[in-house]
Amino acid sequence: MKISKETWRLAFVKSLPIMCSYFFLGAAYGIMMEETGFPWYVALLLSMTVYTGAFQFVLITFLSTGASLLTIAITALLMNSRQSFYSLTFLNDFKRMGKRKLYMIHSLTDETYAVNCTLELPRKEKEDTMFGVALLSHCYWMAATVAGAVLGQLIPFELEGIDFCMTALFVIIFMDQWKKASSHIPALAGLTCGIVCLLIFGQSSFILPALLLVSGILFFAGRKEAAE
Amino acid sequence: MSTPMLAAAIVLSVAITFGLRALPFLIFSGERKMPDWLQKLGEMLPSAIMAVLIIYCLKDVPSDFAGTGIQKLLAVLVVAVSYHFKRSTFFSIFLGTAAYMLLLYFF
Repeated sequence: MKISKETWRLAFVKSLPIMCSYFFLGAAYGIMMEETGFPWYVALLLSMTVYTGAFQFVLITFLSTGASLLTIAITALLMNSRQSFYSLTFLNDFKRMGKRKLYMIHSLTDETYAVNCTLELPRKEKEDTMFGVALLSHCYWMAATVAGAVLGQLIPFELEGIDFCMTALFVIIFMDQWKKASSHIPALAGLTCGIVCLLIFGQSSFILPALLLVSGILFFAGRKEAAE
Repeated sequence: MSTPMLAAAIVLSVAITFGLRALPFLIFSGERKMPDWLQKLGEMLPSAIMAVLIIYCLKDVPSDFAGTGIQKLLAVLVVAVSYHFKRSTFFSIFLGTAAYMLLLYFF
């Protein structure tokens, strides 16, 4: 079970790009949590247990605007459903990892998925490296969250506009998906449903109908296409 | 936000997120294959959800166009253009956020 020094080094090198973006995003997250009025340990708790950057950002705005538990649940379900599809990729790898399996499942994110997908190593080294990347990334995220929350307390002025990094993150994920997609219809359906629901339901309550509408449309479109 | 409400929101978020990550291990423990329609949904859903979330982030652009709206749109443009050319997540998020903060500060 012991991980060799070389493997840790490899895991560290592989995790460097993750470190860059997690430090910045995690710190921004910590600052936003602090500015919304949450103590650093709540921010840390969320980064440790929920550990999915995109949803954690959305959760801040939900908590601060007093969104209902139903809205939180449905959004979590739809936003994080992509994690299920990431898990599928690693079904066989994780199953062999014994005690580490549960941690590997919990620590799966967009970024660790992208890095661990590309590892071409013999079995033992691959498993150790995947675990190393997962653990290091989780630590970067938690450390950055706490650093951000503390930083937010120390800085006397408000860092107005720091919340834009959530928007930037979504735009980037969207562009990656756009590039990979064989059809742009789902993306355009999402934009259309979002805008239409915004116009109908207004700013404060459009997210839930928009998410439900577009996933409903795609569900039926997928069934129809699969049946053909 | 009250503490019980916050606790409920956190527990719910953790349960759903972990549940989704673990789901394939519960369903596909044997040799069972994923149904085609689910495969299709998995390919289509993420970009649609992300699109809705971008609209969510920009929801106050029309109602506060001069205050923060135009700045947000410009910063989105900065992110999109820089990411198109450099393909660096960190660089584009940093640049876009800095651009937005500066635009807010100066205009």
